[in-house]
Formats: sequence, C-alpha cells, structure tokens
Amino acid sequence: MIEVRNLTKHYGPIAAINNVSFGVERGEVVGFLGPNGAGKSTTMRILSCFMPASSGSAKVAGYDVFSQSMEVRRRIGYLPENVPLYSDMRVAPYLDFVAEVKGIGRSERRRRVAEVMDRCLIADVQNRLIGRLSKGYRQRVGIAQAIVSDPEVLILDEPTLGLDPKQITEIRSLIKSLAGRHTVILSTHILPEVSMVCSAGRAVLPDGARPSPGGGPTRRGQRRDRPDPGRAARRAAGDERRRRDVRGGGPAEPRREVGDLPARGRPEVDAARTAA
Amino acid sequence: MKIWPIFKKEMLLYFTSPVAYVVFTIFLLIVGYFFYSIFAFFTVASMQAAMNPAMGRDLNVTDGVMRPLFSEERKSGTIELLLTYPVRDGAVLVAKYLAALTLYALMLFLTLLYPAIVAYFARLELGPLVTGYLGLVLMGGAFLAVGVLASSLTENQIVAAVSTFGVLLLFWIIGWSADNAGGVLGKVLAHLSIIDHYDGFAKGVIDTRDLIYYVNFIALALFLTLRSLESRRWNG
Repeated sequence: MIEVRNLTKHYGPIAAINNVSFGVERGEVVGFLGPNGAGKSTTMRILSCFMPASSGSAKVAGYDVFSQSMEVRRRIGYLPENVPLYSDMRVAPYLDFVAEVKGIGRSERRRRVAEVMDRCLIADVQNRLIGRLSKGYRQRVGIAQAIVSDPEVLILDEPTLGLDPKQITEIRSLIKSLAGRHTVILSTHILPEVSMVCSAGRAVLPDGARPSPGGGPTRRGQRRDRPDPGRAARRAAGDERRRRDVRGGGPAEPRREVGDLPARGRPEVDAARTAA
Repeated sequence: MKIWPIFKKEMLLYFTSPVAYVVFTIFLLIVGYFFYSIFAFFTVASMQAAMNPAMGRDLNVTDGVMRPLFSEERKSGTIELLLTYPVRDGAVLVAKYLAALTLYALMLFLTLLYPAIVAYFARLELGPLVTGYLGLVLMGGAFLAVGVLASSLTENQIVAAVSTFGVLLLFWIIGWSADNAGGVLGKVLAHLSIIDHYDGFAKGVIDTRDLIYYVNFIALALFLTLRSLESRRWNG
C-alpha cells in the first residue's frame, strides 16, 4: 500500500532523512519510530504530498506522490503533528467542509460526518468552536477530519503527543479500531506505543532512529563525512536486533528496551519543541 | 475545480471570527464621516466628490480583509492540511481571492446607504454612481490581489501587511514623478499609477484602458501568488 524507496530530503545542507526505504501492506497499522528530529514528520509530509523529496521515490496506493499527487491525495487522510485546525470554525461545519473538499456528495456527507463524530467521540462538542476545545478533543477532531472521507491510507503524525494518560489510551484504542479498514502509518517516539497499537507490533525505523554508540545524539550530516568500513556491519547487526525488539514479544518485552534508544534526538530541535 | 467549498469556508471564517464585523463597522464609520464632512463643508451634492476619498480608506481596510488569506494559514499550519486535500493550488487561490473580493463588495454594498440619502434630498445621477462603484470594485480587487500575493510570501502578518501597504502606496504616488520625468518615461509612470485609472470611473466614463489596467494588475498579482504557492514543490 505504501512503498518508499531510497527517500532522501535535504533542508539546505542538512539531510532530514537519508535513504529511507520501507513498505506497508494493506490493512496494516505500522508505527514509525524514532527520536525527535529523526525525520518522521518529514517522511510523512512527503507521503502526504505536502512537499517533494530530494531524491528517491514514494508510492501510496500504487500512485507516485510527486507525479500523481492528486490520485494520492484522494486516497489519504493526514493528521500533521501540531494538529492544525481552524480555531474559528465549529466542529461539525469544519468536518463538513473537509468532507466536501474531499469530494463527498451532500447527503453522503451528512451521514459520514455524523458517523465519524460518533467514532471519535466528539459528537457532544459538535457545535463548539474548535479553538475552545481541549487538546484531547482537538486531537480527536484532527483524526476525525483524516478519516471522514474513509480513505485507504491514514498518515498520523504523533497522534498522542501532548495528551494526558487517559486521552492517550482513548486515542490508541481509536487507532486500533481503524486497523483492517484502513492502512495506518503513525509516528511516535514512544516505543511501547508501537506494540500497543500496531499490528504485530511492527515498526519502521527511519535512519535517524539508529542508536548511536554512546547513546548520545548524533547528526547524520556529520557522520556521512567520515567513512567507516565497520559501520555497515554494525548497522546490519543493530537493525536485526531492533527488529527482534520491536516485532518480538508482547507489550512487556519491548518496554525493557526503551533504554537502548537514545532518549533525545537533536538537542536544538528538542529545545525548540520544549520552548514551543 | 473545488472552488465552492473553500469559498464557503472562507466566508464562514470571516463571519464566525470578528473580522467581518470589525472591518464593516470601521469602514462604515469612516465612510460616514467622509460623507458627512464633504457635504457639510463643501455643500456639494455630488457623489463624485464623496466617492473619491473612499479610495483612501480602501487602502487601510483591504488589509483587514486579506489578512486571513494565506499568512494566517501558514502560521497556524492549516495550510499543510489544505494543500494536501485533493484540490489544486489554483482552486485554493481563486476561492480565497473571490471570498475576499465578495467581502469587500459586501462592504461597498453597505455604503449604498449614503447615495440613498442623497437621492432622498436631491436628484442623483445614476451613471457616475454605477461606474464609480465599478471602479471601486476594480481598484479594491487590485489592492486585494497585492494583499494575497504578500500573504502567500510570508507567515508573518505584520510583514505581509507592511509590504502590501508599501507596494500599494508606491503605485498610488508613482504618478507624481510623471511630470518631472516627462517624455516616454513620464507617460509610463503616469500609466502605472493605480489611482489615475480610477478618475474616469468617478466621472462616469468606462475607459477600456482603465479596465485593462486593473484586470492586468489583478491577473499578474494572482499569477505570482500561484507561483509562490507552488514554490514549495521546487526546492526538493
């Protein structure tokens, strides 16, 4: 359903993602795992056709995200990381607008909006201004706008970010309920979340998610400048180990492995996020 | 082309947020004051005189109308969702521009109250009134087009507002140097002036040169806006 090959994206001299490849099958829920600044959002922005990659290719539902962007956009629901919604709109009219833009007819639209509000548990706030909603409700409105057109593929960028524990549980069970009907790719930096939400606890690790030897933050741009013959072998070994970690056991087992992953990504990104 | 849903959303946002109400109130307040003072001080029962200063107010008020266009969407990040919906950039642009133009036209429509008052006391010449309003729509349309362009270039609303104001002011006063320059250059400068092209409309004359000027002006600004929207796809 999703096919990514050697995807690279540069922001000026900095490579946000470097040679990322992975595939997702129909109906799977796949976690996109990595520390902050690993390039998860960048990959998702490329998949959702918001911006092009520097090189490499990505296909969603068999269509190329760059050359057949309209076809891709008709088939995806996307939730960006910061859940950008129109704060001056009310929930129901907003969802109706999204459904209309996505080409759903009038009568069908009313039914879909009602259904989606039920599924996301936001029917009780349908007449409230989005700007007045709590973070948890906003997040659910964001997910609702992504699934309102019943798209084949859902791209959710950190759907549980900034929620309280109860809301996190609610969002997770909501996403779980989407499996099978939709192909879901969601990003997170919380390893247990993958095993809780994703089908068979499957996760894809972008390049930047690779644990660095000291456990400290690394910069891919710098590392590329230093050729290291042993690196490929170590990387293969590391990949194999992580695959075991993530795919392997139930919820209890990966939890122990959290310490293996770097707790922090790029310090400047973290600092900016904290400040924000 | 899915212009209609986005147009509807824009209009909804104008009226659920305070934008439309504030802009309407201030606009009517200022137009009312101009209307009153012109009639009181000059005792000229001419709509032509009353409508000329209306242009000065456009400059300030269109700023409020165009603000929510692109800067706001960029700043709040909603542009990321909007531009990943199955809609072409051009449709988004046209919908937003038409919404702003509609709001502006509504604003002008409300000012019809003043000619109505004049008509109650005196005979009103309909010709110059109609062409005058046509001219105001065209000139306001040109202002809005510059506003759309500026707002698509930056997520900072102050930068957008100041650059819009600067560009428009320049086009406003560019005619002043026409006399000094003289010759061909002078003619070119005079022709570029955004205000000189309005004079004909205020007098009741629809000159195709003026029409073409405004239409070209709007088309060029919108074309550049489209390029600026698409530019995010260039820097791979």
